[in-house]
Amino acid sequence: MPSVKLPRKSTDTDMTPFVDIAFLILSFFIMATKFKPPETVTITTPGSVNSQVLPENNAVMISMDSLNRVFFTILSKKDKDVFDAIIKGINTSQNLGLTPTEMANFKKVYMVGVPFSGLKQVLGSGVEIPGEKLPGIPVDTANNQLVWWIREAKNAFAGKKLDYLIKGDNNSKYPAFEAVISALKKNDELKYKLVTSLDGIPDGTYLDQFNKRKKTN
Amino acid sequence: MASIDSGGGDSGHKKGPGVKKAKKLSTRVDMTPMVDLGFLLITFFIFTATMSSPTTLPLNMPKDVDDPEQKTEVKQSGVLTIMLGKDDQVYYYEGQLEVSADKNNFKQTTFKGIRDVIINKKKEVIGRFNPATVDAEACETEKASAKKAGDPNWEKACEDMDFVVILKPNADATYKNTVDILDEMTINQVKRYAMVKVLDVENELIKATEATSKK
Repeated sequence: MPSVKLPRKSTDTDMTPFVDIAFLILSFFIMATKFKPPETVTITTPGSVNSQVLPENNAVMISMDSLNRVFFTILSKKDKDVFDAIIKGINTSQNLGLTPTEMANFKKVYMVGVPFSGLKQVLGSGVEIPGEKLPGIPVDTANNQLVWWIREAKNAFAGKKLDYLIKGDNNSKYPAFEAVISALKKNDELKYKLVTSLDGIPDGTYLDQFNKRKKTN
Repeated sequence: MASIDSGGGDSGHKKGPGVKKAKKLSTRVDMTPMVDLGFLLITFFIFTATMSSPTTLPLNMPKDVDDPEQKTEVKQSGVLTIMLGKDDQVYYYEGQLEVSADKNNFKQTTFKGIRDVIINKKKEVIGRFNPATVDAEACETEKASAKKAGDPNWEKACEDMDFVVILKPNADATYKNTVDILDEMTINQVKRYAMVKVLDVENELIKATEATSKK
């Protein structure tokens, strides 16, 4: 009987399209990834239904961690002059006697978490203090140093839009938040943005009904 | 001409017997390690990618005023006071605080229960709405802003005008509690709310309730 000989096919598959796609996805993720700034202290923010995005430029962020310590961060990507303006203002108003090199170091500090008295040491040494050892900015009623920081930030950002972000940890207590607000109020700043993570809107609530009404119309 | 001897037999001279032919090497490169690395990097970037970007909750505070004439007055019947205490407990009362032997409107609930309290109070205030008694000017501004916000039911926007929620977190309340209750205002579309310092009387009541619930 004549047998039909099937041609032996190679088991090798052409991987090229597969690899192409893999590298395409890879390049997408490389481009899309935004690395978080180094966080000196960990803060877990509470959730809210608001979906407004967080401004990351031209803002000051006041953070409260679970131990009720208060930190101050200046968010300004393009204009680095504001850092100089703020530290200069603090230096003159508080008589800290910082040298120009110490003041130049201020740009490298991501989070201010020391009282005025400790500022010279932090800026002079250039050694970063680990987050858990930072004492935080004093905010008690007798000595609310945050008021000065906000005042200088307000001066430095004069004429520009400045957002006040308050980032608090789930477990920080209300008095810390109240002290931060009172410091902002003393500078006549009454509009803030609280940093939260996104939560879903519960079904059937007024907001849910409102959104549905808006959609159907 | 310089050329690579690919081992073909016809490059000038004939090889003698015993001269081995150079093996023809495949031009194919093994891609496996490259693909491995590619996928490793993909997984790394997928895991580090922060997809949930943080959002913000806007908060506007009133200016501190001492002048009684500038203070905002609210109707007692439409006020709901919510206090936040220790261990995620919520306390509330409607209208004026009344704690006596025969009447007590100071109640305790949790974050789960407070939503119904707010909704019921809001419904009650809306049910009591009387167009004849309402401040027409304020009602019009309310309607205009609702229209601007894109609410199809903007005509009804001022029905809950008298509904005011007063939030009073005490020293034991956490920041999460505060944000949660502010969020509850957004969820229930409470347009008028204020964050105020807790009164001593209220604080004592909270402390007393906490003490009894511990037993």
